[in-house]
Amino acid sequence: MTETTTPQTGPQAGSFRIKLEPRLQEPPRWYPVAVSLGAIFIALILGGIVIAFAGGDPFLSYAHIARASFGNLGVISDTLVKATPILMTALACSIAFRMKLWNIGAEGQFIMGAFGASAVVLAPLLSAETPAWIFIPVMMVAGMLAGALWGFIPGYLKAKFNVNEIISTLMLNYISISWMNFWIFGVWSEGGFQMSPRFPRTAWLPRLLDYAETFPILRGLTTHAGLLIGIAAAFVLWLLIYRSRWGYEIRLIGDNPSAARYAGIDISRNTILVMMVSGALAGLGGMSEITGVVHRLQTSPVAAGYGFTGIIVAWLAKLHPGVIVVVSVLFGALILAGREIQPSGVPKMIQGIILVCLIASDFLLRYRIRIIRAGSEE
Amino acid sequence: MDFIIILQAGVATGTVLLFATIGEIFSERAGVLNLGVEGMMLIGAMSAFSTTIATGNPWLGLLVAMFAAGLISQVHAFITITLHADQVVSGLALTFLGTGISLVLGEGLSKAGTVSLLPNLSIPLLSQIPLLGPIFFARQSILVYIGYLMIPLAWYYINRTRPGLHLRAVGEYPSAADALGINVFRMRYFYVFVGGMLAGLAGATISLAVAPGWFSELTTAGQGWIAIGLVIFAQWDPVRAAVGSYAFGALRRLILDIQGPLTLLGFDNPFYYNPYWGFFLQMLPYAFTVIVLVIGSREAIRKRLGAPAALGNPYIRGERGL
Repeated sequence: MTETTTPQTGPQAGSFRIKLEPRLQEPPRWYPVAVSLGAIFIALILGGIVIAFAGGDPFLSYAHIARASFGNLGVISDTLVKATPILMTALACSIAFRMKLWNIGAEGQFIMGAFGASAVVLAPLLSAETPAWIFIPVMMVAGMLAGALWGFIPGYLKAKFNVNEIISTLMLNYISISWMNFWIFGVWSEGGFQMSPRFPRTAWLPRLLDYAETFPILRGLTTHAGLLIGIAAAFVLWLLIYRSRWGYEIRLIGDNPSAARYAGIDISRNTILVMMVSGALAGLGGMSEITGVVHRLQTSPVAAGYGFTGIIVAWLAKLHPGVIVVVSVLFGALILAGREIQPSGVPKMIQGIILVCLIASDFLLRYRIRIIRAGSEE
Repeated sequence: MDFIIILQAGVATGTVLLFATIGEIFSERAGVLNLGVEGMMLIGAMSAFSTTIATGNPWLGLLVAMFAAGLISQVHAFITITLHADQVVSGLALTFLGTGISLVLGEGLSKAGTVSLLPNLSIPLLSQIPLLGPIFFARQSILVYIGYLMIPLAWYYINRTRPGLHLRAVGEYPSAADALGINVFRMRYFYVFVGGMLAGLAGATISLAVAPGWFSELTTAGQGWIAIGLVIFAQWDPVRAAVGSYAFGALRRLILDIQGPLTLLGFDNPFYYNPYWGFFLQMLPYAFTVIVLVIGSREAIRKRLGAPAALGNPYIRGERGL
């Protein structure tokens, strides 16, 4: 059989052909993980080719990413800081995607969450002397409400007028940026600069470095309580989706909407609710970023594309909240390290290539590839 | 503020949306939803600009843009047509991919200086028509005139020719088309490629004519998504797409120009005296897209018009259903 090495799809004699068969049973548990890892590996190779084409050194770039994100305790902490907003936007996307609602608006909901939380300080709804134990919860609620409102609009339009939620959520992303800019540039501008005044210390989420006096090892570590909030949110979401009646309804609508309709599940109501929960989660992310890292309202650190990275993370984690926690740390590393790489678009491009490869690899989960030698036709 | 000048510039701006929208109409008519328009436009804008800088020939830039965007559209075609993956997710991925690649390859292009642009020209007799002449036929980029030609041609092709009939059949009832001997897979690959080429042309129209230069993601600023919204508003019809595109183009120009003058219709211009009110103006195209979607969706329900029946579904031979 030494001559039959050229793969051909046609049924010529002397060769073999490739036949695709839908998988009838579930593949073993390790198989999807292996396929995803393979897809990421291929994505990194493809990304390296483009980097080389643009005049960079792919090996240096990747080595730099690894070193600059996990090299020592300080950068690991920074990686976790970057992972926190991604974690929340990915959770936001995951619940909407679970129902096959394509909420691409986590970015805008994140921004509105940051705005809502800032309004508590800047409007001001609470005076600067308010103790932290009141301040932080009120800001959390405000951020989630603002995000939920920004999720409600496309949810309502989808349920009521069948408006494509992909486009409406995207348009709301652009609108939210203009809305935030209006407040930053105009109303809340600090002395004409394009940022709001700094929040009082009581409106900051506690950070590891706050405890450096008791534990000197924590000096300079900026990981903040938002990470804990995010992990708690992941756990609650897991309970909600896999252990509650409502979660079952969401999954049923996503998998088989007509069956859900026959079962008497109100799809319109769930569309609106899921979009609101999704928006609230993204809004919580915006609140955590603004109170844990930025400590003021400012465009570039808030509208940094976390909402879009969340889409990829949610997809890579197959929408599972627990896996999302792990994957968002990896993407936090990519974004953290990517700031220093040239050309500067590399992290964005690698994210895109990873997503493309992941989607393509899904094929291997749904179909079996059989190679049939000529003459052994079934 | 001269409304003639605003409308004239609006037609040029609208040409970008026109190309992208008609491209997406071709792709969706064949049954493939491609949400990657924004990414393909960025690829087109970047490659047109960089090719023109390297060679000094904007026509070559245009060709490279169309080919590059068409090429990247085939990633989507392969994933959705051959691998049967979800068209929504794949299209999103294509936008990320196109954005990322154009950012990497376009690094430094924003400081590259100016290029020789595509020529502007006036049509001798037509530009003398009062009102319409100066708006549509005077000192417009040659791409604007290509846009005018494309509207009736696309309409005629889709509705009155045999290949157009096949195109519609593939999008409405692929298994019947297959039974008639039309190669559904090849047709879909081809029209996704056409959609990609036109998105690339739209991108090149920005970087070589309407707003020359490369400004990373801000080059397109979401126009690819607006185009996808316009397809729904246009009910997959090139003529309605043209109306929507030019209206949006005029709106974009109006927003840019309304903040300049001291007085507006005899009153103090509020946008001049409160410059950050301009942020609300910037929201308008996006808000209008949502409104247009609401109108389009309601009309579609009322008239029982709709998307091509097989839009979004992979065609798998021998499977039940469309």
